[in-house]
Amino acid sequence: MIDVEHLTRKFGEFVAVHDISFQVERGEIFAFLGPNGAGKTTTIKILTTLLAPTAGTVRIDGLDPTRQSTEVRQRIGIVFQDPSLDQNLSAWENLELHGALYHVPRKVRRERMESLLTLFGLWERRAELVKQYSGGMMRRLEIARGLLHTPKILFLDEPTLGLDPQSRNQLWSHVKRLNQDEGVTVFLTTHYMDEADRVAGRIAIIDHGRIVSLGTSAQLKAHTAAATLEEAFLALTGTEIREESGTSTDRMRMAARAWRGR
Amino acid sequence: MGAIYVLWLRELKRYLRSRVQIAASLGQPLLYLLALGYGLSPVFRRGGEGNYIEFVAPGVIAMTVLFSSLFSGIQLIWDRQFGFLKETLVAPVPRLHIMIGRTCGAATTSLIQGLLVTAVAVAAGFRPVSIGSLPLGFAFLVLIAVVFTAVGTTVGSTLRDMQGFQMVMNFLVMPIFFLSGALYPLEHLPVLLAILTRMDPLTYGVDGLRGALIARGHFSPALDLAVMGGLAVALTLVGAWRFSRIEI
Repeated sequence: MIDVEHLTRKFGEFVAVHDISFQVERGEIFAFLGPNGAGKTTTIKILTTLLAPTAGTVRIDGLDPTRQSTEVRQRIGIVFQDPSLDQNLSAWENLELHGALYHVPRKVRRERMESLLTLFGLWERRAELVKQYSGGMMRRLEIARGLLHTPKILFLDEPTLGLDPQSRNQLWSHVKRLNQDEGVTVFLTTHYMDEADRVAGRIAIIDHGRIVSLGTSAQLKAHTAAATLEEAFLALTGTEIREESGTSTDRMRMAARAWRGR
Repeated sequence: MGAIYVLWLRELKRYLRSRVQIAASLGQPLLYLLALGYGLSPVFRRGGEGNYIEFVAPGVIAMTVLFSSLFSGIQLIWDRQFGFLKETLVAPVPRLHIMIGRTCGAATTSLIQGLLVTAVAVAAGFRPVSIGSLPLGFAFLVLIAVVFTAVGTTVGSTLRDMQGFQMVMNFLVMPIFFLSGALYPLEHLPVLLAILTRMDPLTYGVDGLRGALIARGHFSPALDLAVMGGLAVALTLVGAWRFSRIEI
């Protein structure tokens, strides 16, 4: 379903993703684990047509994300790592807009919107503007939105960041159900090892833009002689803390907040 | 087609919800219209040029449309920062449709702003010379809105953050306004200023609008229409091209 061969992406001199290859089978739940700045989000951006690779080939359901981007986009759903809601629209309007962009027929859209909003505990507050929401509620709304159009492949980039255990549980149960009942392929990244351990069939550990290990949770543990996935992860990637510089985006966000712009 | 409509609707909803901003953005044109209009009126009349309010009203209406369409275009930067742009860019919709939807929405909201200021101008004593030429005046407003929304989209697609935004204000928006002949007649200008005004796209928009509303055009309406129409097409293409190159 996802086929990546010798993928490399550079930003100027910096190599964010360095010659990685892997396959994800149809109906599989595949987890990408790595420290901050390891190249997870860059890889997801390339797989989801947002960035072009510097070298290597990528196939999503047999299609090239660079040249057949619209066809690829029809097949995928994404929950981004950072917020991507329109804060000046209500939850309901955000979902409506998404449904229209993804050509979900009105009747189906309304039914799914109701069930997803109920599932993630947002139904009562669907008419409120998103900027009134708490961080956790926004997160839940983004996840609901990503599931609205029943994609063939679901990309989840650190979806549980800032979620309480109840919502996390809700999310993973729902994702598993989608995977089992509708055969949705799932590609996820997370910092929570227990989640990867619980839901993912196979796990790739990425560091400094390279895949350092790939296999089932049991294989990774056996390979590093570790008792838990977390120990295995630390054994493979070291204990040193990674720096992520404050980007101009972060600074800009603060300025925008100060302005209270639209 | 559905995507164009929903994105247009989004711009409109956001606009109608920001009442405070609507009021705030009317403040500046009102100052120009009332303070400058009434303030310079005696001098203008003594110079034998007639009523200044009458003269400046089309310029201020054009200014309103200029500001609000440029800012709506540049709002792209905000959407990039708040992430919503990403949501639209990964949707299975051609980027061109997204750009068109946004542009139509931005142009619509700035037209509404322009019409609001027109209403205020009428309340302040401004009278168009004939009802028959109003559609032509409206056409010029539409062209101004499209041209500068496209400029805003081009700038917004190219800039990544707010630092550049202030630059754009100082070195693009204000010169476009002050060199457009919105505030003064194009006749008898010093050579350098005459050349600069003729290089400013807004000059032709203001002139066409003034021609239609108070029959005081400097150039022929055909020339104004041709320049603005040509620029609308060319700049929209440039905007679409820059928009298609955005990487998140």
